[in-house]
Amino acid sequence: MVAIGVVSVLCAALGRRVRMRSAIVGLAWGLSIQAFPVSAQTSGQPPDTMAARVEACTPCHGKEGQGTSDVYFPRLAGKPAGYLYNQLLAFKNGRRKYPPMNYLLEYLSDPYLQDMAGYFAEQRPPFPAPAASDVSPQILQQGQALVSRGDPARQIPACGSCHGPGLTGMEPGIPGLLGLRPNYVSAQLGAWRYGTRTAKGPDCMQQVAARLTEADVTAVAAYLASRPVPINAAPAPKGSYVLPFACGSEPD
Amino acid sequence: MRSRARILGLLLLSFLAGSAAYAQQQNSATGPSDIVKRGEYLARAGDCIACHTAPEGRTFAGGRAMPTPFGTLYSSNITPDRETGVGKWTADDFYVTMHRGRFPDGGLIYPAMPFASYTKVTRADSDAIFAYLKSIPPVNQKNREHDLRFPYNNRELILGWRTLFFTEGEFKPDPGKSAEWNRGAYLVEGLGHCGMCHSPINALGGTSQSDAFKGGLIPMQNWYAPSLTSNREAGLGDWSIQEIVDLLKTGVSARGVVYGPMAEVVFNSLQYLTDEDTRAMAVYLKGIAEPAPRPPAATTLPSTESSLLISLGKTVYDNKCATCHGAQGEGKTPGWPPLAGNQSIEMESAVNPIRMVLNGGYPPGTAGNPKPYGMPPFAGQLSDNEVAAVVSYIRTAWGNRGTAVSAREANELRSAPLD
Repeated sequence: MVAIGVVSVLCAALGRRVRMRSAIVGLAWGLSIQAFPVSAQTSGQPPDTMAARVEACTPCHGKEGQGTSDVYFPRLAGKPAGYLYNQLLAFKNGRRKYPPMNYLLEYLSDPYLQDMAGYFAEQRPPFPAPAASDVSPQILQQGQALVSRGDPARQIPACGSCHGPGLTGMEPGIPGLLGLRPNYVSAQLGAWRYGTRTAKGPDCMQQVAARLTEADVTAVAAYLASRPVPINAAPAPKGSYVLPFACGSEPD
Repeated sequence: MRSRARILGLLLLSFLAGSAAYAQQQNSATGPSDIVKRGEYLARAGDCIACHTAPEGRTFAGGRAMPTPFGTLYSSNITPDRETGVGKWTADDFYVTMHRGRFPDGGLIYPAMPFASYTKVTRADSDAIFAYLKSIPPVNQKNREHDLRFPYNNRELILGWRTLFFTEGEFKPDPGKSAEWNRGAYLVEGLGHCGMCHSPINALGGTSQSDAFKGGLIPMQNWYAPSLTSNREAGLGDWSIQEIVDLLKTGVSARGVVYGPMAEVVFNSLQYLTDEDTRAMAVYLKGIAEPAPRPPAATTLPSTESSLLISLGKTVYDNKCATCHGAQGEGKTPGWPPLAGNQSIEMESAVNPIRMVLNGGYPPGTAGNPKPYGMPPFAGQLSDNEVAAVVSYIRTAWGNRGTAVSAREANELRSAPLD
């Protein structure tokens, strides 16, 4: 009987997708007509802007997507809209795994995610000055070498061959690499290396990251984070240069 | 007299023959797509897609993982592929699955498949859903074996559950109620399988009939599915029909907003129902709500500790929440829900308000509300004390009659699953 009970708890417990109990938050009933006449209700609606709609993003990514003091939450502002949209889709579908993001986006439509991506792509808040690096000059040099020349012997391309000569990315799908903090860059490179972050095939970034060592990742992240952001940090227009290999995130 | 009766009989016969011919014509004119369309609609009402489609997977090809502490279940392929799906099934097989919770070979189905609700679905509706499933593109994708540990991998144990909690039988309309009420009851109790979440699960993992729709904590998910019968929770007795319809159809209403697991239901299922069916559900839901008196306001004087908590809560509220929800918790409806006089803020379980503060959330994007406003997650910004304080504040301010919550409760919900 007990075993049956446990199994039945299990069966009933498959609640995640199975059929989820409702969580209705926001059921209000105390508003009287007198307190909120129709005209007041109309003027009481939230502003009809994307800024108001993406409030939910701001505690982690900043009001204009400039980032916050948390080093693992990236700046969104000014990244190519296609790149941001791909990430929003990947979080929505669970391909990119970060439960707080997966949860927020799960039941939003693709066109709405596109609007959100477009909104943050258009923001231009100032970049913070690069923080002083806490790694040795040797490591920075190793980072510089990998970023600017790659390592042909290990089939590692220079970052700029895809992310642009100025490392500011290219429309629509390739992000810039400057103005990000070393912890974030190294966490992402690590995730690509281990295959916990993936993108549509051919997954060029995973191929490249798989060839990096842990020391390479530290060096590249430290060097990138030490670079000042150019005055024009906008991503290059689509097709400005030819990618060295096929990439699912930047279809021809 | 006899001849008059015969003439009348002949007339009737010819009339019947005429209407049969007319019906046939109708059928051939619009073809079998009618039943397929109806089946597609009913599959929406049953929210089949929520379980039978994996993330980035082909529609209805199954394979969605459902992790549990006992192992992982995988949903099955219900596309008409002959080898891996339901291609070889007959409408009878499908009805037995829906109605009796058994595979065509007689095998027992885990009650994760809500056959305890689907048993109420009529044969005609079951046939329509099956006709629709037969019409979609087949996907050759093998069902993945469930990965349950001993002894939970023994399907025979399901027999015990069935004996206790499964009553086979199609929906029986209540002749004392309107057709609309009965249609709503059929959808809520049958295809909608609302009871899967909104009925409390007892110690044996089942739901007793007398507790139907009385609410409970969702195992594994740690969201509280409020009672649909008590007006102190999500009971809709005080709501207008239009407000209920808005909530079900668009995810937002002048009275409240859906978040969390209910957002999935609105997103994948309820938003697609016709106005008539949504209204019928609203009529039924309003009808089953039992008036419950509001609890008396707290009469004991607040202790120093609780006044400190509330005063910290007010500070947090004024800093973080008031911009959207208003200094008096009035909100800006429907985008920013009011908190004053809000059933789900005041109700006995504080799980949902705590989780909303920690995790934030977006209502579902629907045709009626394509660009919802979102609530920010505050887990990273507020300490356990601050979360407890602000939730205690909104549960007791502005005449709200909830109770204070502790930092420990807030802390425990930090690890609640989000996916």
